[in-house]
Amino acid sequence: MADSSGEMNSRRRFLVLATSVAGTIAGVAVATPFVLSMMPSERAKAAGAPVEVDISKLEPGMLLMVEWRGKVVWVLKRTQEMLENLKKIENQLADPSSEKKQQPAYAQNATRSIKPEILVVEGVCTHLGCSPVFRKDIAPADLGADWLGGFFCPCHGSKFDLAGRVYKSVPAPTNLIVPPHTYLSENQLLIGSESKESV
Amino acid sequence: MSKQENSMMEWIDKRFPMTATWRAHLSEYYAPKNFNFWYYFGSLAMLVLVNQLITGIFLTMSYKPDASLAFASVEYIMRDVNFGWLIRYMHSTGASMFFVVVYLHMFRGMMYGSYRKPRELLWLIGMAIFFVLMSLAFTGYILPWGQMSYWGAQVIVSMFGAIPFIGETLSNWILGDFMLSDAALNRFFAYHVVTLPLLIIVLVFVHIIALHEVGSNNPDGIEIKANKDPKTGIPVDGIPFHPYYSVKDIFGVVAFLIVFCGIIFFVPEMGGYFLEYNNFIPANTLQTPDHIAPVWYFTPYYSMLRAVTVNFLWIDAKLWGVILMAAAVIIFCFLPWLDRSPVKSIRYKGPIFKFALTLFVISFLVLGWLGTKAPTPLYTLLAQIFTVIYFAFFILMPWYSKIDKTKPEPKRVTK
Repeated sequence: MADSSGEMNSRRRFLVLATSVAGTIAGVAVATPFVLSMMPSERAKAAGAPVEVDISKLEPGMLLMVEWRGKVVWVLKRTQEMLENLKKIENQLADPSSEKKQQPAYAQNATRSIKPEILVVEGVCTHLGCSPVFRKDIAPADLGADWLGGFFCPCHGSKFDLAGRVYKSVPAPTNLIVPPHTYLSENQLLIGSESKESV
Repeated sequence: MSKQENSMMEWIDKRFPMTATWRAHLSEYYAPKNFNFWYYFGSLAMLVLVNQLITGIFLTMSYKPDASLAFASVEYIMRDVNFGWLIRYMHSTGASMFFVVVYLHMFRGMMYGSYRKPRELLWLIGMAIFFVLMSLAFTGYILPWGQMSYWGAQVIVSMFGAIPFIGETLSNWILGDFMLSDAALNRFFAYHVVTLPLLIIVLVFVHIIALHEVGSNNPDGIEIKANKDPKTGIPVDGIPFHPYYSVKDIFGVVAFLIVFCGIIFFVPEMGGYFLEYNNFIPANTLQTPDHIAPVWYFTPYYSMLRAVTVNFLWIDAKLWGVILMAAAVIIFCFLPWLDRSPVKSIRYKGPIFKFALTLFVISFLVLGWLGTKAPTPLYTLLAQIFTVIYFAFFILMPWYSKIDKTKPEPKRVTK
């Protein structure tokens, strides 16, 4: 700085400050389109259409995997025994009465479903997004004697029961998500929408 | 030099400081004369970086960053491209060996107190390189779009989803979609081949400039600049980097290449540790493999991620796992200020530090081993214990490094 007289100094300081502020604003403005270009594109947003599933051939105890929005959705037809077992393990669960909003209001019940026997949940572990394994075997060696069937996440060992409810003391914080769904008819299940007209 | 060469150099030197740079960084850069085995790994890391850059360029010539084509294009490289298998194995083995040499390089710094004043900034730049290296490894591992690529990425990206309030928006922003898909693969490719390599090259350059400013540390942890020849001003315990250490490093390179080529030609998958078996199966968005584990160099941190199973305070276990994992890496940055010992090198530090460092290395290795295993209650308990030891090494350091019984440092470097 060649000129350091008082007046020039304060004027220079003001100019430097004003230029810096203007430059920062311009910088943020230029960065905005680049940052926003990384958000999901219009095509990605349009791809989330609901999926129709025929469950007439689903036997009791059978699990059907459906793809919706790139995620796996499980449709499980539970046997009477499975439904009875749900009550027996409630003291081992973190949120047995589904108080956390992981399901639509119509699935906030003892079986977390519209029809008691049909469970519809996203097969995505609420810990870090792995897909748990369906383990309907009772008391297997690796899961312990009090295992009455459920879903086991191979990534980090989280456990869920046959209503997608999370066990205590596992990494996953919440129950599995029940996606919006409805029945178009007795055996026609619609996943991804709650209104019957939207197809 | 002949007269002609001389005038040629003069011509250049008047336009670019060629001779001055050569002298400042090589022929007249004085490094301590007592470097040992542990001082190979810096130059080896540079060798591996060059290997990754060159093989990487050739891989991009045949690879397709498209979710429907990526897996097949990697198989195409392996089967149909001339020497494609060699170039890919050089790249995949290079990735693992990069971590081997960088971990050993960091361990050297911890042993000899290379992070201590005046090398704090040098250490921080090194940590920045380590972060970029981890990002490079992660983005690179996604590219083959196999089962491990897909589910590994799923786990890592979900970690950002654990951040309160902004988590979901942030993970959508990272993925460019509402789930892991082609959009993410495409952008991770951009990071892996453009953004991150540029960053790491710049950071390595800055790392070397910072090193040559403060001068290299040495196994005795004493400053050779404190004892200069009064006539020449050259440190009495210093020798010029070139030819002394350039020749030493070439020996290291040869030894390293023997190991490196051995792996490439005989065990490129390293029993599933360098290239995981599940990654030879194309990504299936509907099914997680029965057992997923990251590549070996991330397993210590992965163990910590899943070690947390209890909610604590108002933060749930999932977020704690993520916080702990991030903290485990970032905590290295604080070493220069955690170490209160009057001496730098392990040679003159007391028994408590030696014990603590040994315990730390053991916990790092055990956590790494646990990270490759499927979780069982016993393994989870072990992971919890060793996570505590890992952090205790850092957190208790200001205390134990101060009370430790140290030996006096020598005036001159020893053998």
